[in-house]
Amino acid sequence: MDQLFVSLKQQFLDLSSRFLPESLLPWISMLISIAVIATIAPIIMMYFTWLERKVIARMQNRFGPNRAGKFGLLQPIADGIKMLTKEDIVPAGADRLAHFLAPVLAVIPALLVFAVLPFGRNMTAIDLNIGLLFFLAMSSIGTFAVFAGGWASRSKFSLLGAMRSVAQIISYEVPMVLAVVVVIMMTGTLSTNAIVEAQESLRWFVFTPWGFVGFLLFFIAGVAEVNRTPFDLPEGESEIVAGFHTEYSGMKFALFYMGEFLGAFAMAGLAATLFLGGWQGPLLPSWLWFLLKTYALVFVMIWFRGTFPRLRIDQLMNFAWKCLLPLSMINVGVAGLWLYLPAIIRWPLAIVILWTSAVWLTRLALPVQWERRTYQLAE
Amino acid sequence: MHSRNVMPEQALETQLLELNIGPQHPSTHGVFRMEVVLDGENVVKLKPVMGYLHRNHEQLAEDMTYIGSMPFTDRLDYFCAMTNNLAYAIAVEKLVGLDVPERAQYIRVIMSELTRLVNHTAVTGFLLNDLGAFFTPTLYAFREREKILDLFEAASGSRMMCNYMRFGGVREDLPDGFLEGACEVVDYYPKFLDEFEKLLTENEILRARTQRVGILPKELAVSASVTGPMLRASGVNYDIRKVDRYSIYDRFDFKIPLGSIGDVYDRYYVRILEMRESVKILDKVLRDIPSGEYLSPRGKAISKAPRTFKPPKGEAYGRIESPKGELGFYLVSDGSVNPYRYHVRPPSFINLTILEDMCLGHKVADAVIILGSVDIVMGEVDR
Amino acid sequence: MIPGQGLLKGLAVTLTNFVASYPWGQRLLKLIGINGISGMFTVEYPEQQVKPAERFRYFPFLVYDGTPDNLRCVACKICEQECPPQCIYIEMEKDEQGRPVKQHGRTLPKRFDIDVSVCMSCRICVDVCPFDAIEMDNDFELGAYDRFQSLVFEKDKLLKSAEYFAQIKPTEAAEVNARLAAKAKKTATDKPV
Repeated sequence: MDQLFVSLKQQFLDLSSRFLPESLLPWISMLISIAVIATIAPIIMMYFTWLERKVIARMQNRFGPNRAGKFGLLQPIADGIKMLTKEDIVPAGADRLAHFLAPVLAVIPALLVFAVLPFGRNMTAIDLNIGLLFFLAMSSIGTFAVFAGGWASRSKFSLLGAMRSVAQIISYEVPMVLAVVVVIMMTGTLSTNAIVEAQESLRWFVFTPWGFVGFLLFFIAGVAEVNRTPFDLPEGESEIVAGFHTEYSGMKFALFYMGEFLGAFAMAGLAATLFLGGWQGPLLPSWLWFLLKTYALVFVMIWFRGTFPRLRIDQLMNFAWKCLLPLSMINVGVAGLWLYLPAIIRWPLAIVILWTSAVWLTRLALPVQWERRTYQLAE
Repeated sequence: MHSRNVMPEQALETQLLELNIGPQHPSTHGVFRMEVVLDGENVVKLKPVMGYLHRNHEQLAEDMTYIGSMPFTDRLDYFCAMTNNLAYAIAVEKLVGLDVPERAQYIRVIMSELTRLVNHTAVTGFLLNDLGAFFTPTLYAFREREKILDLFEAASGSRMMCNYMRFGGVREDLPDGFLEGACEVVDYYPKFLDEFEKLLTENEILRARTQRVGILPKELAVSASVTGPMLRASGVNYDIRKVDRYSIYDRFDFKIPLGSIGDVYDRYYVRILEMRESVKILDKVLRDIPSGEYLSPRGKAISKAPRTFKPPKGEAYGRIESPKGELGFYLVSDGSVNPYRYHVRPPSFINLTILEDMCLGHKVADAVIILGSVDIVMGEVDR
Repeated sequence: MIPGQGLLKGLAVTLTNFVASYPWGQRLLKLIGINGISGMFTVEYPEQQVKPAERFRYFPFLVYDGTPDNLRCVACKICEQECPPQCIYIEMEKDEQGRPVKQHGRTLPKRFDIDVSVCMSCRICVDVCPFDAIEMDNDFELGAYDRFQSLVFEKDKLLKSAEYFAQIKPTEAAEVNARLAAKAKKTATDKPV
């Protein structure tokens, strides 16, 4: 059960080895992995949109879409058909090549990072020994797409949105990477599979103080990276209509949308891998554990979207540079101390340092919130 | 093209960006246009442009009988139909000198306070929508609003365009089961407000976005004739229910919440406190309501035959504390069946005049929130 | 204090609402002791319908007692005059010399048109009618496929029986019938013998 998909792939390879020469087998193996990822990624994205609409609706005491098919399961397909049949409008003054390429550039890195996520035991598509570096590098390419989309549209709203988005993505990369550095320090390897294997039998990193803080930092920075609430100012509906993808319609918009959701899924997947133990877990098959953990984090992202208002751009940047960055550096220091101190000292010390620095840094980053207001009730 | 103003001291070539937060926009509360001039992200100049919803209300009333323009007053501030009707009825009663029976007064207070609850929850929901909270507080607010709108439907026949008040009372008595339904809603309300506050009041993101944004100093508020929760959030103790003591408000013991700074957070919180006070008033009214006439005999005659109602020559100005501020009706009668002049003092329009002063120096995102906290309804602004 | 505690409280509220929207969720919350969270608030129209309140008014109709030619309306044109958006058009039934025709002892309208797209459901026509001939209906599912023609309701479409009125608005019909009975008794006793 656990190795179901691995054995399926092996059987397929054995079958094809009877017809095809030996030298082609590695290529076929790669093709199978690519085909699987290329098929399930759009399905994941479609049902992510379905899940988001249903969950947010339930939080608001209403049903989500439930007319298109039972429980609205055919709704994403209806959305897909709608997007495909829309007219493709390119603004008159737009830079046509950049306008065309931007959505494509948005989706490619999102798909590429799926190659290094360990979906289960022996189920990583490509087990690179620098898998984590590959992931972080690819997700940075997404910035290009956002800026190209905004610039190419030649409209004030898009430009505003693109500038804000680039500033946001760049500022949140740094705490994200530093949060990941802690894990690298502890395991000594950049390979995602090896990191998961280091967390066996419930020694997940999230149960340690530095791991917990690292997880929170990584998750918050990851949510900011993929432009989701409360950091979705670049697509802030209320202010600048739709930000950098205002001028896109039809399939191009669908591609941007897909890039965003796939990125969100990939961030959740990576957070589950690095901190929550990946596919480790008792009883159930390993790929099921991975999916459960990733979808739990996806649910938390959707939960954030349904609850929080969004931050303004300067508050966003404040938060990244003044709060998350110093906290992630302190976290690295604490993790370093962790390795060399005995258990009896390191737990309280780590907790105390991290707690006080978190409190002080949030006070520094968002100073206004600590005012106490008084309201009088007069006659 | 646009270049950022990086170093303000040196003579870098910068250009101010002129933006139209135009009539079609997801969050300008109706058809309202703001022409902003931006320096980077900061607002340097802001000009509000109104008039997209002008429907000639004041001139229409000059051709109709006094009762005939009652349904049109519903459509002024379409969220608070009952209070618009009430203000008009009070203005005409002042013009003619009509008395209102006791039970009708109590019914009027019930409807006004329910309207206040409806309006404040809705406006808080919309403010949070502008902030980006994706409809969740809005839909919680609307859930309570639905219950109150069902009460309005039971009493007057229509959820929003109530047409319920008449000169000298209300059009019809309360139906059976109204008081029990209203008691149920009002008893659940504090619990709903607690849930709402738990979701919002201490939310750090909300506080960071709304505190110290759009500050309106006391003197400026008074000199710009701002009224309503905006004025009280700036610290001025002025509520027409206490000042004029119209209807029977002097029998109820309620306090006026005052803010201290006058920013967006203060306005939001003053509205929440006002809702709690309204709940107190409603508790008392629903228990004390006497039985009796719902419309004075002269009022019944006016409703049955509008063409016989010819007020004497004169003028009157009737005002009430509507949920948005001071709503006033100015009537000049020349002794005939139609009014000679009919003018509405809309609170939203007058509160909008200092939008520019509040928004200068803040960012574009803040301009939208400040507009949301002024609580405008374009039906009232443009009439 | 916990940094971000206001945010966590907000998350708790949303999660409670999420769980409460399922029936098993309501039971779960009761077990924990959280009561009074309203669950689902949607009515799935058109499969589930909410019965409107008795006084709900949408569009007027003409009342007849017994048979459609025994309508109460006498074409006095008061409602046409008082209607604020001026959506009623009445023509009295007249013979070739221009004198009004009488039926059941009363004049009657030849044409009585009300435009659905103009009527604003304000009920003033009902308030001013001296004969209780026009009342408000609460049927709101009046869609049409064209813009103007089928949205002007003529006399035939507007005529509905008094029993129908009593069925949709019992208390109001009782009041109106009492008033009409008192008036009929008064005219009967006032009639010169």
